[in-house]
Amino acid sequence: MSKILVIAEHLDGKLNPSTARAVSAAAAVKPEAIDVLVLADSADTLAAEAAKIEGVSRVLTATRAENAHALAAVMAPQVAKAAAGYSHVFVPSTTFGKDLAPRVAALLGVAQVSDVMAVEGSHTFKRPIYAGNAIVTVEADPAQTVVATIRTASWSAASNGANSAPIEASNIDVALPSHTRFVELKQGKSDRPDLQSASKVVSGGRGVGSKENFEIVYKFADKIGAAVGASRAAVDAGYVPNEMQVGQTGKIIAPELYMAIGISGAIQHLTGIKDAGTIVAINKDAEAPIFEVADIGLVGDLFKIIPELEAALA
Amino acid sequence: MKILVGYKRVVDYNVRIQVKPDGSGVVTEGVKLSANPFDDIALEEALRLREKGVAEEVVIVGIGPADLTAHLRNGLAMGANRAIHVTTAEAVQPLTAARVFLKLVEKEQPGLVILGKQAIDDDANQTGQMLAALWDRPQATFASKVEIADGKVTVTREIDAGLETIEADLPAVITTDLRLNEPRFIKLPDIMKAKSKPIDTIEFGSLGVEAGDHLKTTHYAAPPKRSRGVMVKDAAELVATLKQKGLL
Ligand SMILES: Cc1cc2nc3c(=O)[nH]c(=O)nc-3n(C[C@H](O)[C@H](O)[C@H](O)COP(=O)(O)OP(=O)(O)OC[C@H]3O[C@@H](n4cnc5c(N)ncnc54)[C@H](O)[C@@H]3O)c2cc1C
Ligand SMILES: Nc1ncnc2c1ncn2[C@@H]1O[C@H](COP(=O)(O)O)[C@@H](O)[C@H]1O
Repeated sequence: MSKILVIAEHLDGKLNPSTARAVSAAAAVKPEAIDVLVLADSADTLAAEAAKIEGVSRVLTATRAENAHALAAVMAPQVAKAAAGYSHVFVPSTTFGKDLAPRVAALLGVAQVSDVMAVEGSHTFKRPIYAGNAIVTVEADPAQTVVATIRTASWSAASNGANSAPIEASNIDVALPSHTRFVELKQGKSDRPDLQSASKVVSGGRGVGSKENFEIVYKFADKIGAAVGASRAAVDAGYVPNEMQVGQTGKIIAPELYMAIGISGAIQHLTGIKDAGTIVAINKDAEAPIFEVADIGLVGDLFKIIPELEAALA
Repeated sequence: MKILVGYKRVVDYNVRIQVKPDGSGVVTEGVKLSANPFDDIALEEALRLREKGVAEEVVIVGIGPADLTAHLRNGLAMGANRAIHVTTAEAVQPLTAARVFLKLVEKEQPGLVILGKQAIDDDANQTGQMLAALWDRPQATFASKVEIADGKVTVTREIDAGLETIEADLPAVITTDLRLNEPRFIKLPDIMKAKSKPIDTIEFGSLGVEAGDHLKTTHYAAPPKRSRGVMVKDAAELVATLKQKGLL
């Protein structure tokens, strides 16, 4: 029987929704137990939050001052030690998990399954390769611990509220390195919905033209309560910060509604939105590849259309 | 200081990969191959560190079949001092690649190893982190800025929340993100010069690396296709359609 350890992701004292998504993937393995490990400098609130997630059997906390920031070099030895007795270690495939999980796998001397999209069996998974242009079925060695990152866009968050799993402080006694130190985190502070979990996302591309022009995208997004994303070209041109990038090398998202405005639809961008419910494209070029995947397309100048959309909504 | 750079050859990023109808693989025959884009960025960063006087030698590493030589020559033409070719007929998985890099690290004693954050064929995003773990050294993944001074490296990392800066003691492993730099173009005279630069060939079997290829790929499938939907004529119709779907 399987026993799964899910590593919680959190920031500023709040659990990231990616954690509950990883729990959903764990549940698909139909394990005997799903334990969540919270590594933090102060874990109580986080653990209480994790204990509510449906399907969680137990929450383990590793409270150490060194865990104040998610440094993979510091967390990996603790996770590798905590992994003893588990058949699987699941980590969200966010930058947090992508940084941490391979370090854990290497310490355990096992392979890692990256970006699990589907669970076919306890050791059989589906994952994307070639920017999502092929989906492979991979079998992990049943004699080894499975370390996997969970592609968050493929899993809805396990529901929250009804459960109250027991919380235990775990004593993970390992020496931690001091060779890697946190300096600072520059976060784009925004009151808008979180890009990775929002149900609606409005993204702007190079077509928006400038940082100043991007204001109209923000304004429209706020009007419909959407998160704001961008193409890589828009980020590279300095219109918006990097954390807004959607795509193969940015965020992979699955909102119910995705609106691509002034985005051509390069394959690397489409990789990030394949699982969106409804894709809307607004582009002045009727031949833009984005229209080949859009559920609803509108050809025209975004600077004319966005104000018209706002007017139609009023 | 010496810098080791991962220089993997992959299917060019502009190629639209096709899955074979029988699900046994993807079509790679006759498809254009290029350096992994993240590895070109890794090499560029190493060259800039050499140009700044931080490093003296840049060594590129390719693990792959015998015909990798032409690809390694491109990296030499870009400016690497020499190349190491670890020959193996089979594609290696990240844990094996990391173990190979560890062997080369032990031999070459670099102050820095720069790899791509991911290879755009397997999209694994693992090798750098695995090498750092096996080597018991710092890792700075998804780097968009690298500064070296006083035996330490300060790296700005592109993470989901924004830009994180960490500091690490050398030697360390860095993996590159796209905005770290823009790789230079290879000039014709450099291609000529690269012909005389050394490529050390090491047989994979001679390294004494235990293969970590524990994952078995049993099937390849094309992703579910999204198809073209409807076109609307104006903003009013778009809003009406979205309202009808309950999306607005
Ligand atoms: C390894 C690799 C990884 C990458 N990863 C990503 C990634 O994660 N995400 C990503 O997005 N890209 C990524 N890219 C880049 C990608 O290939 C494209 O270059 C990028 O997506 C293009 O962005 P864009 O559509 O905004 O710009 P463009 O392709 O320049 O398109 C701009 C569009 O705006 C339209 N337009 C212009 N003016 C107007 C107007 N007034 N009204 C309406 N429409 C207008 C134009 O018709 C055009 O279609 C990656 C590339 C590589 C090599
Ligand atoms: N066969 C290989 N040859 C050279 N470098 C490699 C190889 N495999 C992985 N790497 C390096 O590791 C990085 C990450 O690869 P991956 O973990 O497969 O996504 C690549 O960008 C390369 O720098």
